[in-house]
Amino acid sequence: MDSTPAIEFDNVFKRFGDGRVVALDRISLRVAPREFLAIVGPSGSGKTTLLRLINRLAEPSEGTVRFAGEDIRNSDPIELRRRIGYVFQGVGLFPHMTVAENIAITPRLLGWDAAKRAARVDELLELVRLSPADYRDRFPRELSGGERQRIGVARAIAAEPRVVLMDEPFGALDPLTRDAVGQDYRRLHDELGLTTVMITHDMLEAVLLADRIAVLHEGKLIEEGTPHQLMTAAEHEYVRELMRTPRTQAARLRRLMEDGGR
Amino acid sequence: MNGLDPRIADALVRLPDYLGSHVIVSVTALALGLAISLPLAILATRRAGLRWPLLAFASLIQTIPGLALLALFYPLLLGVSALTEAVFGTGFSALGFLPSVIALTLYSMLPVLRNTVTGILGIDPAINQAALGVGMTPRQSLWMVEMPLALPVIMAGIRTSAVWVIGTATLSTPVGQTSLGNYIFAGLQTQNWVSVLFGCVAAAVLALVVDQLLSLMESGVSQRKRLRVVAGALGLALALAAALVPAYSRPTATYVVGAKTFTEQYILAALIQQRLEANGLSSARRDGLGSTVIFEALAAGEIDVYVDYSGTIWANHMRRTETKSREEVLAEMGEWLRSERGIELLGDLGFENAYALAMRRDRANELGIKTIDDLVRQAPQLAIGGDYEFFDRPEWAALRDAYGLRFRNRRQMDSTFMYGALVNGDVDVISAFSSDGRIARFDLLVLEDPKQALPPYDAVLLASPRRAEDQDLRRALSPIIGRIDVELMQQTNLRADRDEDKETPAQAARWLWEQIERR
Repeated sequence: MDSTPAIEFDNVFKRFGDGRVVALDRISLRVAPREFLAIVGPSGSGKTTLLRLINRLAEPSEGTVRFAGEDIRNSDPIELRRRIGYVFQGVGLFPHMTVAENIAITPRLLGWDAAKRAARVDELLELVRLSPADYRDRFPRELSGGERQRIGVARAIAAEPRVVLMDEPFGALDPLTRDAVGQDYRRLHDELGLTTVMITHDMLEAVLLADRIAVLHEGKLIEEGTPHQLMTAAEHEYVRELMRTPRTQAARLRRLMEDGGR
Repeated sequence: MNGLDPRIADALVRLPDYLGSHVIVSVTALALGLAISLPLAILATRRAGLRWPLLAFASLIQTIPGLALLALFYPLLLGVSALTEAVFGTGFSALGFLPSVIALTLYSMLPVLRNTVTGILGIDPAINQAALGVGMTPRQSLWMVEMPLALPVIMAGIRTSAVWVIGTATLSTPVGQTSLGNYIFAGLQTQNWVSVLFGCVAAAVLALVVDQLLSLMESGVSQRKRLRVVAGALGLALALAAALVPAYSRPTATYVVGAKTFTEQYILAALIQQRLEANGLSSARRDGLGSTVIFEALAAGEIDVYVDYSGTIWANHMRRTETKSREEVLAEMGEWLRSERGIELLGDLGFENAYALAMRRDRANELGIKTIDDLVRQAPQLAIGGDYEFFDRPEWAALRDAYGLRFRNRRQMDSTFMYGALVNGDVDVISAFSSDGRIARFDLLVLEDPKQALPPYDAVLLASPRRAEDQDLRRALSPIIGRIDVELMQQTNLRADRDEDKETPAQAARWLWEQIERR
């Protein structure tokens, strides 16, 4: 594994308004290449702000964000965003564009020719397990929630980014779909060798998908580690509280299985 | 004309000219309005500080009545033109097209501004974030995401604006721009309701057609039906071509004949045109011009010939307040016109259309009134009606001051309705015109003016400076100079003003020519 972190937050501080609201308080965090990092925390903890710092949708008040070792202040934000995939909260598909046009948007901005874009769209639709012939020309309003989310993922990885950012990507889906789309994405992450930073408020989802979990609370990074470390040896009381739910659920499930489904 | 109402036949003959001019002025104003409002609206969505002042300004313009807005630009442009004339040596025409286009452009802005701002600001912020997140520049976000999503709202604004402009363009007739409003204004003046209705229906049909074609294009764009977009665009292009081709293929007229806004003027302009054509000279018309507008238009050479009245020029343009005899006024006026404005007095037609006070004969007898002197004692118990300009004119001031006239009540109304108001007893005295056919028809008594407070109003034929030496024009028009007496003019006016067997101004003019030839 490359020793340069894919993404690095170095003592990042972010204030809002006239400076009285502190959104992020001295965060230092590294994401290794090919790693799947989940950022967990309650709403208002600063998760989305942290994610937006990576592709310069927001700028830190102090501290440095590095992308592949480079201070992102030295790179053009437009170019940076085209190199980073982004799956938005609530998907954010363009309602006036077809599925194919939505998926091919970043390649189009990068100046790929039509034939190359069309081939890429079909390839990506196969990748997210949707039939190209059936879905290519549909509009977002003609899709189910799960289908939209798959298209959102396909759009994020269309221009072959190394890094994908996901902001509560599966939050609005029913549990079954959510699990399927989540597992499918993890498979893509591994196959394509992506680096993924995913925001979620659902600890179970984080535990099941991520390699490592970072917990934010009131703008502070209070704990980070593998799912196993956090499940078994969380230091912070709030993190232990968060881990209790998946743990008790797992225990109950195990008991159910052993009792023969009674 | 095989059964067709002559008024409709007459209206149809003028349709290509009126419709073409109407379309040109509307389309130009709309295109300009869009070119200005769209970028401004987009700027306003980017800068919140600009939004309020911009929309407030556009709303303010909307509160100015269309006619007033159009009229305001004429003197303004006249001033600007005089300025450029002084500074650069070249002026421009302050009449017709320019003031109409500017006023209509301003008028078209509000719906486009408001709808574009609303449409763009109404987009889900998540979509805007997504546009940035996938790597669009602000410009790409505008054209690839915001404009397409706001399109239905923006198009609704454009359609509203198109309908407003096409409707309001009918009001550009009084500032000298030919439009479908010519039917309406001429019709109102001559009480030709067929003509008024024809103008209204034509403008409404034009507005509806444009609205529907724009709607077709919009649905084509938003539903990706290219056929609809093409059909809509083709329809608009066809409508435009159909309106413009006759206007351009028409041979350019050599002489432009002007007419003010009342029946006698329409008849005399028609008579002039018929005489010019009988002499092989081509001509065009500028109808429904205001009294000041028409004089300045003649001085500027925008029209070549029209009939004015000596008293109007004496008081309004020469700024003279004293009253002199007909002959003295004519002589001094001819001298003044030539030396001050370069305008040529071709001659007087032979009748006066003077301001006069008129009463119902029975009412005058009952009150024992024959002269204005007699009226003075009774006036505090009586109501007087006048046209829109009368009470602001120096003639009224002279009359009032010379006799010490004080009325109980005075009412302003359109001159068309003034006679009806007198006959019905709504008013007791009106400011009548001595050549008006209705004086004879309603058997009105014109009060004598023993103090000669009212100046003479001889109908005079005026030619623009560049036509001053034009022998063709003189030859064509000399047969009518001095040949129309006031009784003949009253009878002719009545033919076009009466309710039964109403004639068009052109028909009345032909009848008038027959009478002149017969004498």
